[in-house]
Amino acid sequence: MSTTNATKEISFVREEMLPEMPAPSSVVGPVAWIRSSLFSSPGNSILTIASALLLLWIMPPLYNFLIGNAVFIAEDGAACRVEGAGACWAFIWSRMDFFIYGFFPAEEQWRVNIAFALGLVLIVPLMWPELPFKVVNALAFFVGYPIIVFILLSGGMFGLTEVPTVNWGGLTVTLIIGLVGIVTSLPLGIVLALGRQSKMPVIKSVCVMFIELWRAVPLITVLFMASVMLPLFVPVGVSVDKLLRALVGVSLFSAAYMAEVVRGGLQALPRGQYEAAGALGLNYWKSMSFIILPQALKHVIPGIVNSFIALFKDTSLVSIVGIFDLLNTVQASNSDLNWASEQQAVTGYIFAAAVFWVFCFSMSRYSIYMEHRLHTGHKR
Amino acid sequence: MKNTIVTIALGGAMALMAGTASAQTLEAIQAKGYVQCGVTAGVPGFSAPDADNNWSGIEVDYCRALGAAIFDDADAVRFTPLTSTERFAALSSGEIDVLSRTTTWTMSRDTGLGINFAGTLFYDGQGFMVRKSDGIASAFDLSGAAVCIESGTTTELNAADFFSANGMDYNPIVFIDQDEVVKAYEDGRCDVYTTDSSALAAERTRLGNPDDHVILAEIISKEPLGPSVRQGDDVWLNIARWTLFAILNAEELGVTQANVDEMLGSNDPAIKRLLGVEGDFGAAMGLSKDWAYNIIKALGNYSEMYERHVGPDTAIGLARGVNALWTDGGIQYAPPIR
Repeated sequence: MSTTNATKEISFVREEMLPEMPAPSSVVGPVAWIRSSLFSSPGNSILTIASALLLLWIMPPLYNFLIGNAVFIAEDGAACRVEGAGACWAFIWSRMDFFIYGFFPAEEQWRVNIAFALGLVLIVPLMWPELPFKVVNALAFFVGYPIIVFILLSGGMFGLTEVPTVNWGGLTVTLIIGLVGIVTSLPLGIVLALGRQSKMPVIKSVCVMFIELWRAVPLITVLFMASVMLPLFVPVGVSVDKLLRALVGVSLFSAAYMAEVVRGGLQALPRGQYEAAGALGLNYWKSMSFIILPQALKHVIPGIVNSFIALFKDTSLVSIVGIFDLLNTVQASNSDLNWASEQQAVTGYIFAAAVFWVFCFSMSRYSIYMEHRLHTGHKR
Repeated sequence: MKNTIVTIALGGAMALMAGTASAQTLEAIQAKGYVQCGVTAGVPGFSAPDADNNWSGIEVDYCRALGAAIFDDADAVRFTPLTSTERFAALSSGEIDVLSRTTTWTMSRDTGLGINFAGTLFYDGQGFMVRKSDGIASAFDLSGAAVCIESGTTTELNAADFFSANGMDYNPIVFIDQDEVVKAYEDGRCDVYTTDSSALAAERTRLGNPDDHVILAEIISKEPLGPSVRQGDDVWLNIARWTLFAILNAEELGVTQANVDEMLGSNDPAIKRLLGVEGDFGAAMGLSKDWAYNIIKALGNYSEMYERHVGPDTAIGLARGVNALWTDGGIQYAPPIR
């Protein structure tokens, strides 16, 4: 076939390659994207149209409320009381001090700022895996930092004026409760999870009882017990700080949940891992800390972070025992008559939700980053 | 039987605690250097954080008056915000020294909870708010009206009592949450919104156009709000009670924050006794001679506190009404200092 063709006069043979043509618009480009991802089938087309209509219906009023008609700068609530006004951001702005510091005296607020800044300086390198000095850094953050913050905020020594914990409030208290809960519940939870798997009957039953007891009561009950019942049992004159009581309650409560998350990770490991660790001659603590826990904890990162996020959001429950966390400061300000308007409360709640969202979303992104970093063949 | 034993044991424990705490509250306060006062977490005019993040309100001023009477320092007070559920437990456990938290003085609370009320700081009562355009002039014209009420409150019971006692029908529209009640009234789902009149006044300022709404003159319930202390320490109860009487007497005698220093030279024996120029009335309570002078110097008399926080010139804008002195047609009446 080729030989006969070769003898024939060839009318046209292209010597060079055709220039690359862009792919047809039915395959790439916005039209193709729209076609393939939005209108690939009649069912999807209907869903797309319905969603678009829904967005059209929701977005303009939402935009008008949050930005378009919102009041950003105002002296008092009068500007927000006009017909058709949107969110009253000026109210949030004027009360921002209160939302962050609570009743912390204005001239002492630099102490809270230092505590925030120091925390940031310590936590960023701790969470950045490439940086060195992890052990020193961790010690500084988990041991040194709480002590420094406590001295800095409560004062009464080193020439700092004493600020009682009833005056702490706002985001400061929310972060304190959240961080203390997170930092204490993880180690406590690991210990409880190991204890629950222990072969020693006393340790095992104590751990099981602790976990089941705390998991079986609602957090609100725990907080009420801590704030209302406990003072009735201790002798007159002895009083444990209210914030401390809430901190202990929240920490123990979340430790019980954490223990079950960690136990899930321990049970996911094949028995061979335990046996291999034993065969290497490692004792219990060595096999746990070098073989078992690193694998087990890695499996349950999503569960751990899930608990952290839930704990951080649960901190708002302390408002029912009169501790001024972020949500409680917002609620108290909602009754501020200088800013009285119909949108006052809504604006306050949107602000509180946004702050919580920022913190929780950051936690979840960081956990995804850690999962990617640590994955060694388990990912599906 | 078991329950009885528990009750007796608990009662015994309470009595024991009350016994040990007897007459010691003042000493404990003087030792720690401040009065611990339980307040609300935010009721405008009564106790709420102000623009500078300080507690402010008429009930807060009462607590500051205690600080002024004991320490000559109106800032020697620490505030514990309390929810309504934990307020009495906080008082009986000794977490706070005095409860000044929009608490209605009722018989069951006074007799059954191990607390004593020191007096009435503010006479509140349930009222009605209606739209001006409806042309309703009196609560007795409300027959057949749709009434927005918060469920599970004394408000709901008071309204039922009022309408049945006057032989009128009404259509209660009940909500769990105060905000929902206001919203429903605003949206026109009901003709009338009812709650305590001080709260009505505060909520009115929040409405789109406050001038379109009027609060009717009729008050259908008694809600005397006052400070309370633990039972069993009469010295402390006396201080709490006479602090209140001192600011009322000061108003009656015309002693104000501005003129209190001039009044030291007054010839009126009642003023002399009040300010400690003549006699030593503080001693029996363990206080200094000029305890009342210190209160008035720091905070003013009752009328000044009222005008500052809930009076007509504030956002709440409540007229004195029944809270005027007995000499001005109200029912605020304090026994004499002599």
